[in-house]
This record gives sequence, C-alpha cells and structure tokens, in this order.
Amino acid sequence: MDVLDLSRWQFGITTVYHFLFVPLTIGLSIIVAGLQTAWYRTKKPEYLRLTRFWGRLFLINFAMGVVTGIVQEFQFGMNWSDYSRFVGDVFGAPLAMEGLMAFFLESTFLGLWIFGWDKLSPKLHLATIWVAAIGTNVSAYFILAANSWMQHPVGYRINNGRAELTDIWAVLTNPTTLVTFPHVIFGAFLTAAAFVLGISAWFLLRKRDVDLFRTSARLALVVSLVSAIGVSFSGHWQAQIMTEQQPMKMAAAEALWEDESAAGFSLFAVGDVENGRNHVNLQIPYGLSLLSTNTLHGKVEGINDIQARYQALYGPGDYRPVVGLAYWSFRLMIGFGALAALLALAGLWLTRRGRLPAGRWAYRLAIAGIGLPFLANTMGWIFTEMGRQPWTVFGLMRTAAAVSPGADVASVAITLAGFTLVYAVLAVIEVRLLLKFIRIGPHEQAAEPEAALPALSY
Amino acid sequence: MELTTVWFVLIAVLWTGYFVLEGFDFGVGILLPFLGRAEAERRTIVKTIGPVWDGNEVWLLVAGGATFAAFPEWYATLFSGFYLPLFLILLALIARGVALEYRSKSDSTRGWDRTFFWGSLGPAFLWGVAFANIVRGVPLDTNHEYTGTLLTLLNPFALFGGLATLLLCTLHGAIFLALRTTGELRLGASRMAKSLAPVTILVVMAFLLAAGGGGRPVWWAAVALVALGLIGALAATMRGRDGWAFTASALAVVAVVAALFTGLWPNVLPALDPANSLTVTNAASTPYTLTVMTWVAAVFTPVVLAYQAWTYWVFRRRLTGPSDVPVGPPDVGPSSLMPVDGR
Ligand code: HDD
Ligand code: HEM
Ligand code: HEM
Repeated sequence: MDVLDLSRWQFGITTVYHFLFVPLTIGLSIIVAGLQTAWYRTKKPEYLRLTRFWGRLFLINFAMGVVTGIVQEFQFGMNWSDYSRFVGDVFGAPLAMEGLMAFFLESTFLGLWIFGWDKLSPKLHLATIWVAAIGTNVSAYFILAANSWMQHPVGYRINNGRAELTDIWAVLTNPTTLVTFPHVIFGAFLTAAAFVLGISAWFLLRKRDVDLFRTSARLALVVSLVSAIGVSFSGHWQAQIMTEQQPMKMAAAEALWEDESAAGFSLFAVGDVENGRNHVNLQIPYGLSLLSTNTLHGKVEGINDIQARYQALYGPGDYRPVVGLAYWSFRLMIGFGALAALLALAGLWLTRRGRLPAGRWAYRLAIAGIGLPFLANTMGWIFTEMGRQPWTVFGLMRTAAAVSPGADVASVAITLAGFTLVYAVLAVIEVRLLLKFIRIGPHEQAAEPEAALPALSY
Repeated sequence: MELTTVWFVLIAVLWTGYFVLEGFDFGVGILLPFLGRAEAERRTIVKTIGPVWDGNEVWLLVAGGATFAAFPEWYATLFSGFYLPLFLILLALIARGVALEYRSKSDSTRGWDRTFFWGSLGPAFLWGVAFANIVRGVPLDTNHEYTGTLLTLLNPFALFGGLATLLLCTLHGAIFLALRTTGELRLGASRMAKSLAPVTILVVMAFLLAAGGGGRPVWWAAVALVALGLIGALAATMRGRDGWAFTASALAVVAVVAALFTGLWPNVLPALDPANSLTVTNAASTPYTLTVMTWVAAVFTPVVLAYQAWTYWVFRRRLTGPSDVPVGPPDVGPSSLMPVDGR
C-alpha cells in the first residue's frame, strides 16, 4: 500500500470510529436533559433516577467522543497537508467556529453539570445540561457545513492555486448542509433511542425496576418512530439534492449504467464494472425516478453517460466510485434503518396502554436492535464519502492530490497501526464499563433526596 | 493593525490559554504518583482538575482550528512535518483523557494512574520540543514542505526546550495543587513547588535566552516577566500565599509563550533557508476570511472567557482531601468519576 491508501484507511477508520460515539452523544444529551427537566418540573424521584442512570452512560460515551475527536482536529494537517493548503481558507473557518462556539460550550458546561449538583441551584444546574446538549448540536452543524462544502463547494473562488472564501454565509447555508444536518440529527436520535430501548429491555427482561424502564422504553419507542420518519424524509430530500449535485453518486448507488426515464429502484443487483452493466437487477418500478425527481418518469443519469460527460469536462480519467460499495452501503443504510423503524412500530404496539410483552424474544430483539442505527450511520458515511471519490472536494480536488507529499509509508503505517490498536483497546474498555454500569443499574437512594451521601467523589 | 498581525496575536493568546490552563493539568498528572500515596489523596488530587480539564483542553483544539482558518500553510506544514511527535502527543492526550474519566469507574485505579502520569508527562515535554523547533527553524523546501526527519526534531536544543516546559508545567501544577487543597496535601505540594522552583527558573531562563528574540524590547520585557513571575511564585509559596503564588506562576507561563511568539514574529515557522520561511504574510488566509474570523473571535472569545471564569468561581473551594464528605446532593450523581461503590 502507498501513502495515499494508508492515509485513506487511517481517515476512514478514525472517522468512522469517532462517529460511533458522536450520534449517541448528540441524541442522549437531549434525552438526559429532557429527563432532568421532567424531574425539575414534577419532582418525581423516578425521573431523577433515570436522569442519573442514563446520564452516567452518556458520560462514559462522551469521554470517548472527546478523545477520538482530538485526533480528527489534527488529521487534516498530518495526512492531508495539500488538501489543507488548498481548502484552508474556506474549510478552516467552520472548523474554528466549531471549536470556539461549540466545543467550549460542551466541555465547560458538562464539567459544571457533572460536579455542580450540590453547587448550583436546581434551575441553574438544569440549564447546564441543556447548554451542553445544545453545544453538541451546534458542533454537528459546523462540522457538517465543512463536510458539505467538500460535497458541494459554494461561496469560493479559485485564486493562486487555492480555494478562497468569498461568501461565508453561502458556506454556512449550503443547501447540502441544510439537508444533511436534519438527516444526521434524526439518525443520532434514532441511535440514542435504540440504545435506551435495548437497555430498558434488558432490565424489563430481568424484571428489575420495571416501572422505571417501562417509562424509558416507551419514551425510546416514540423517539425511535419520530426519528425514523424524520430520517426517511430528510434522506429522500438529500437524494434529490444529490442527484442534482453529484449525479455520479446517485447512479453508483443505484448501479444505473445508462440514462433512464421512469427508472426503477434497484433492490438487488449483480454488476459488471468492466463492461458497465448489470447481470441481475431486481427493481421496484419507477422507484428511483420517484425518489430522485419526485415524478414517475423523471430522467436519471447513468454511470456510463456521466463518465463520458465528466471526461469532456474534467479531462481524461476514471470518475466512477467503487460502484459495488456505493450500491450496497446505500441499501444497507436504508435497510438497517428500516429494521429499526419496524422494531419501534412493533414495540409501540406491544407496549400499548402500559402492557408488556410476555415472550422473551421481544426483549431480546430490542437488545439486538441497539446495533442497527450504528450500522446504518456507518454505512451512510461510507456511502457519502466513498461515493464522492475520486474527488476529495467535488469537482475541484482529487483525493490523490490531497495527501501530504512529505509523508512516508513507514510513518503513516505506524500511526495507522497505532490508532487502530489503541482504538480497539478503548472499545473493549468502553463496552466493559457500559456493561458494568448497566448491571449496577439506577441507584436506590435517589428516592430520598435528603440523604447525606458522599459528595461527587473522584 | 494588520489582520494577519491580529491573528498572529490571537493564536498566541489561544496557546497561552492552553498552556496556562492545561499546564497545571499536566503538572497535576505528573505529581500524582509523588504526592498521592493513599487512594483518598489521589482521588482528591484528580478531583482538583475534574470539572475543568476538558474545557482547558479545548484551548488546544481551538488553537489548531484557528491556525487552520487563519494560516492554512502553517497548519499544513507544521502538522505534516511534526508527524510522529504529534502522533505521540495525540496518543498521550487520548490516554490521559480516558484515564481521567474512567479511573474511578474501574475496579483498579493503579493502571489508570500510571496512564494519567505518562499521558501528562508526554505532552508537557513534547510541546516544548515542538515549540523549540518552531522558534529555531526547521528544514523546509520551496513548497514549504518539511524535509527533515524525526531525528532532526530531536536535537539537543529542542530536548532542552522539552525539559523547560516539563519543569514549568510541573511547578505550575504543584502551585495549583497547593492552592486547591488543604492539610497534608497542601504542605506536600508547597514543598514540591519550593524544591522545583530554583531549577525551573534556571532551565527556563537558559532556554529562553538560547532561543533568542532578535534583541527586541518586547521580547526582553517578556523574558523579564518570566523571571519575575517565577521568582514571585517561589517567594509567595515560601510565605504560604497560595493565591499570589498561582497568579505569579500563571504570569510566568503567559510570559514564556509571549517570549516565544515575539521572538518568532513575523515568521510563523522559520526555515533553515530564510527564503523558504513561512511568515504571517505568505501563510495567511485571505483578508475576507480573516475579517470574518475576527468578528467571530471578537464576539465569542469574551463569552468563552466569561463562562470559563465563572466555572472556576463555582469550583473555587479548596478540597479537603480524605475527609471531604460534605452533605452532598441527593445521590452521588452521574459524576463522570463516581466510584462504583458510591451507592
Ligand atoms: C455530526 C456530528 C459530528 C461529526 C461529523 C464529527 N464530529 Fe467531532 N464531535 C461531535 C460531532 C461530530 C460532538 C457530538 O460534538 C462530539 C462527540 C462527543 C463529544 O464529546 O462531542 C465531538 C467531539 C469532537 C472533538 C472533541 C471536542 C471536545 O474536547 O469537547 C473534536 C476536536 C472533534 N469532534 C473534531 C471533529 C472533526 C475535525 C471532525 C471531522 C472529520 C469531526 N469531529 C466529525
Ligand atoms: C463522522 C462522519 C464521517 C465519516 C464516517 C467519514 C468517513 C470517511 C471515509 C470512510 C473516508 C475514506 C474514503 C475513501 O478514502 O475512499 C473519508 C474520507 C475523507 N473525509 Fe470523511 N467522514 C466523515 C466526516 C467527515 C467530515 C465531517 C469531513 C470534513 C470536515 C470529512 C473529510 C474527509 C476527508 C478530508 C477525507 C480524506 C480524503 C478522501 O479519502 O476522500 N469527513 N471519510
Ligand atoms: C429511507 C431511509 C433513508 C434514505 C432515503 C437515506 C438517504 C441518504 C442519502 C441520499 C445520503 C447521502 C447524501 C450525500 O451523499 O449527499 C445519506 C447519507 C447518510 N445517511 Fe441516510 N438515508 C436513509 C436512512 C438512514 C438511516 C436510518 C440512518 C442512520 C440511522 C442514516 C444515516 C446516514 C448518514 C450518517 C449519512 C452520511 C451523512 C450525510 O451525508 O447525511 N440514513 N442518506
């Protein structure tokens, strides 16, 4: 492998890993803040116990999000220095704003929340978790604005061999950002809800704290369903914008080789990349035209046609991403998401009017379902980023031109191995800690708020 | 003032914030095995920085992001050139963060304490190595690409710079601990500060003088301030005036960063062949980007400073060590660092 391949693997691994923790942080922060608000309003001890229980799991996860995020901040300079030189004038701005406006908020106010239970008034203390939760969402907005610019550059001009910012407002209100943000946030809520649901099911299965976790499970089911609907609508909208902005990505996602009107949505295909056609293709008639143009007969461009068009536009070269990967990651994202949505629907039915299903399988399914949104998120990013190839910045800079020219294979191999190894160890530690604190469960004492107990000890 | 100058100063300010705040976090981590013998003591030591360390670390992240936005060439050359040392720093910061958050959630704290120690010592040393190389200059080609190797960066001057920041952080941490604790712990920390101060003064001053600053008056003023701060910190510690000692050592850290950056100006990364040096002009973003970012910084930096200062105010009380069992909140709470047996 050369420096380029190693750097791509490194970016892919570290970023996908970071994004395992990110959606849980985003979704769970709001859920915890909501629970604490419920406690503040009603003073019911159950809500306090729930706040604390989910809050603790949230913090274990948050720590991992933070430490893996540090790597992200410096990676662009380390492995992608020519990229950084080319885009810094535009791309650096949202990144710096993210730090100044969001990371400071999250980290400072979370510190206040964790250690401030006995030092702040209940109202002020409640405010701290909300500020931290809002910080995580603000952070998502800015980083997605940066990423969207790579998908669809706006508000810049090319001068002196680099992209220069001409309109920051255009970058921050990039149509790509405006659709990506709700999609990612709904995806995050789906993730957090599946997490809460699965763990609640674990307790219900063991008949521990049944009332508490019935509340949690119902809450999670509702959040799941709402976010599954949100993720579908925003995804549909995204697909339309993408067809317009990156037609090649859509064509690859559908293994659609030639231009087609009334195109079908492919469910299963076996393709032949060499000859640019499919051997087998099972389709929902009109599905793709409907998804990407909102009409039954809309024209969707095919890979071979776009390839020819791009060669005329950008010069000779292969402008096709890895079609099989784009095709399957897109399907799996939707598929895993759909399964999570089905699970939520079934769960809402089974738990209607305070019932709890008798069979064990329902609980087991809910526990297994925790993984679904994580997989969907990962597939979504792999699709978005790999589908953009061979570009790093669509239409402006190819990935091969972005890598650090001075980096040597040995160094990149060392860091790739180092991060992968450390991340693997961290994954084991994190999962073990989560399991341990799930087993401990919610504390009893919270029922009697006056009890004198050791302070928040370290 | 030119916008490029404004951003040079702002980035210096961000690094200053980072070293003043995270500096004592590092010091606390380094001193942990020396001052904390019993588990209760170690817990108190870690707790002094518990609520604030993550907020402190964000100063680094923003310094990185601001460099990317304002001086993309600097960001690109520096981080791709200092590749392996930066990798080590990142690993250390990961290990340290995880150790801080997970130590008391685990059954055994020993391993985490060791991780915390090395994760603090590593960056405290390596940042000094990095900055020594930045002020001394590194081999760059006409494309501003770094052409040296890892060994180029590990020259004796740079290692000496590492020693200087390591001592400075440790001293700063000891003084911070004395300020934030009582009883035995406070005495131990003060004793540590007193014995560290003289050698720190010697090494830091020698490093700064060796780095040089082109004889600029501001540079001399900064160096004088370093000396004043460090001597003041020692004097105040001897008198038991912890607040003054901390103010003085924070001042010394500010002045060290100021001296390094005033010595650097107008370069941001000098090359051994001056023709290839990165300067505030040839590394900068466009005036438009700098203007946008100046507005953002002008509005948000004061806000950040205000709420971070408020955080320190909320957690101003000294921690009383092992017997620290005030009538607490209803529960041990979802403290990130709650002991398992907290129920
Ligand atoms: C959609 C959301 C999203 C995406 C795509 C990314 N991040 Fe992230 N990041 C977050 C959402 C987030 C967050 C929710 O704000 C985190 C997760 C957990 C946390 O502590 O904050 C975070 C943490 C986090 C931190 C630590 C902040 C702290 O110490 O408080 C840094 C430096 C970064 N991220 C940087 C990046 C970079 C450079 C990315 C691009 C490659 C990136 N993140 C992708
Ligand atoms: C957290 C969610 C993200 C995931 C899971 C993700 C995933 C990936 C993957 C898998 C690659 C490798 C693609 C390849 O080499 O073929 C990649 C590349 C890249 N991504 Fe993302 N990405 C994410 C967010 C971002 C963001 C927010 C940015 C910018 C702000 C970004 C910038 C890049 C860059 C610079 C590359 C390297 C160049 C390239 O290989 O295309 N990514 N990403
Ligand atoms: C009906 C269901 C869905 C549709 C139609 C859909 C559509 C899309 C499309 C078109 C993209 C690519 C955008 C681009 O590259 O410009 C995308 C990306 C993505 N999807 Fe989905 N999606 C669906 C479900 C889900 C689910 C259930 C999740 C996660 C829980 C998810 C998570 C993601 C993520 C993380 C990305 C990458 C970030 C982004 O570009 O927004 N998606 N989705």
